[in-house]
Amino acid sequence: MSDNSSDECDTQHVLYKNRPEWSDITPLKQNDGEHPVAAIDYTEEFEDCFDYFRAVVQKKEYSERTLELTKTAASLNPANYTVWQFRREILKALNKDLNEELEYIGKVILKQTKNYQVWHHRRIIVEWLQDPSKEKYLTEKSLSEDAKNYHAWQHRQWVIKTYNLYDGELEYVDQLLQDDVKNNSAWNQRYFVVNNTTGFTQETLNREIDYTLGKIRILMENESAWNYLRGLLLHDKGGLSRNEKVTDFCETFYEQGNRSPFLLALIVDICSEKITNNGGGDGNNVYTSARAKELCNALATQYDTIRAKYWLHISETIENQANEQNSMDESSTTN
Amino acid sequence: METILQLRNINEIKKYLTHPDSCLNKTTEDQITVEKLVFKKFEELHNCLRVNENLPHIFKEQHKKFLSDSLAYLPSSYETLDASRPWLCYWILHPLSLLGVKLEDSYKNRIANFLAKCQSPNGGFGGGPGQYPHLAPTYAAVNALVILGTDMALKVINRQKLFEFLQSVKQPDGSFAMHVGGEVDIRGAYCALSVASLTGVLTKELVNNTAEWIISCQTYEGGFAGCPGLEAHGGYAFCGLAALVILNKGHMCDNQALLRWLVQKQMGLEGGFQGRTNKLVDSCYSFWQGGAFPLLYTLLTKEGITPSGHLFNEGALQEYILICCQNHQGGLVDKPGKPRDIYHSCYSISGLSIAQHFLDQKHVLSSFRNELASTHPLYNVRPDLVRKALLYFHSLPSNTAT
Repeated sequence: MSDNSSDECDTQHVLYKNRPEWSDITPLKQNDGEHPVAAIDYTEEFEDCFDYFRAVVQKKEYSERTLELTKTAASLNPANYTVWQFRREILKALNKDLNEELEYIGKVILKQTKNYQVWHHRRIIVEWLQDPSKEKYLTEKSLSEDAKNYHAWQHRQWVIKTYNLYDGELEYVDQLLQDDVKNNSAWNQRYFVVNNTTGFTQETLNREIDYTLGKIRILMENESAWNYLRGLLLHDKGGLSRNEKVTDFCETFYEQGNRSPFLLALIVDICSEKITNNGGGDGNNVYTSARAKELCNALATQYDTIRAKYWLHISETIENQANEQNSMDESSTTN
Repeated sequence: METILQLRNINEIKKYLTHPDSCLNKTTEDQITVEKLVFKKFEELHNCLRVNENLPHIFKEQHKKFLSDSLAYLPSSYETLDASRPWLCYWILHPLSLLGVKLEDSYKNRIANFLAKCQSPNGGFGGGPGQYPHLAPTYAAVNALVILGTDMALKVINRQKLFEFLQSVKQPDGSFAMHVGGEVDIRGAYCALSVASLTGVLTKELVNNTAEWIISCQTYEGGFAGCPGLEAHGGYAFCGLAALVILNKGHMCDNQALLRWLVQKQMGLEGGFQGRTNKLVDSCYSFWQGGAFPLLYTLLTKEGITPSGHLFNEGALQEYILICCQNHQGGLVDKPGKPRDIYHSCYSISGLSIAQHFLDQKHVLSSFRNELASTHPLYNVRPDLVRKALLYFHSLPSNTAT
């Protein structure tokens, strides 16, 4: 289970209680009380290491040997945040070479890539060094193993935002989407980059909408792309319903007989928006409450049955909206 | 109102089988692999229905045994959770309480004594005796003590020190670090608000800017991320929504977008939830996503839209948990083919409970023998135990007025 193969430890592990250089320390047993609960059947190596770890934490001993001890402890349980916190206290007290630490934690991360503590340690070392130059590479290495690793994306966003490293990021995202157009983390990163660089100007919106519609044409059944499209339209002055590029796209596919739930869902929401915005006054409005209800019904009974109750709920909500709108219209004409 | 839900038609389920995309990608490949495993489980069950029409059923006795045994002993493979021991207690005690297990008071006191050993002299709880205090084990320890529910257990919590610990990890922007010098994310806000509200130490000053910070984590997809800018995620979405509801600031988020995102996370074939868009089903999201629904209903009700039942497919979720995630020897798994563990046991049983209860209605799959006790969606602890703790702590003098 535990991976104790940090470079120096390839040789047979010697228990701390058998090491002469530790003979001055009295190991501190874990105090579980009289009746331990959810007691873990520790291996001898684990128990030995943490008995000494507890002892030196209590003494606040900041030394080369305790630094080495935290390495063993972290390899036995990389999720032990106390170990990492104590290690940072030692690094500071001994004024250690942080570049060495950066190299070490990089290796640990690539083995323990889904762990809060190791990425956080990395971040703090980068902050202390004020050197973000190796971070994009590290996250790319990690993302090449798992392109959706949340911790890796979190680290990458932090370093990009903190040190203004947006250059080349859209290209990187585009590459990931070429590898896997359903990679939602990559779509999210696209949003992050646009939002923090150009912002959603009309020009950027046009470009991004073209890009996204292109991806949807390649693969219709891709929630990530549809969600991104909605995300873009949040910034469109006309909302969901007045971007002709989008409405034309939807209507063309609809007329061709496409009944993708994502397509129908967007048309429903376009209708809903039109109703509350009083239709915008255009004469041949196809986004009516009647159409929305019909689509909701089709989704509930045919195309998206798992979400039947949601679609009936939306249908009801839209009906209420329409009734409210009608009564408002009536009262405004009678006044 | 009590209803027995029927299984979905196997041919209806089959319609959801994903076909290879014209453009190959890893997401679709992985999805197809899981769907095959899941569909096989459904087929096997439907074949057994000819012999026993009351299937599927929950292996209550086996789960009780697996959980009770884990409370006494865990193998060394759990060493990587040695900094999460209050979690181990909570993950065991909570599903046991939903399964209706009553522990002896003497046993409860032993557990409370152990949790007391995890409490830090600086307030809050650590991942084990002698470890630094951390918000996640603090949340787990407080919940575990609330489930134990005895005066002795509730007395363990040093509220004044707890409050000081919460103050020590509060950040100026409203967020919370998990421990002093630790990482900041939305779990921190939920854990802090959960324990503060349960124990009655929630002050205005403690949560200054917190709602605004949480709102900044809602993404364009509608769910919440761990930190602003990141991807919407089931675990973090629950934390964000629950924290907002505790603050009585639920109206600040876009709840239509949240609802849309939540319902989309339910998988058509599997019936369970995924944690993020285009990711695989995982039984733990039965609670993280499923548990967000009751919270969302309270917000919708305030807007005058009261749902008349669950807005997700509660039958399909129960199918996934009962048919695909139960280990015959007890305990539950993430998805077919994975080993059982207490984390997934806790959150799939919690999700099953959420699916079965809507207000005072019961919607139980196959047989009432599958029914579990209900859970409070804010804390994921039985509501009677939440009430008991609130009464206990709120009758104590407020010692946080500074």
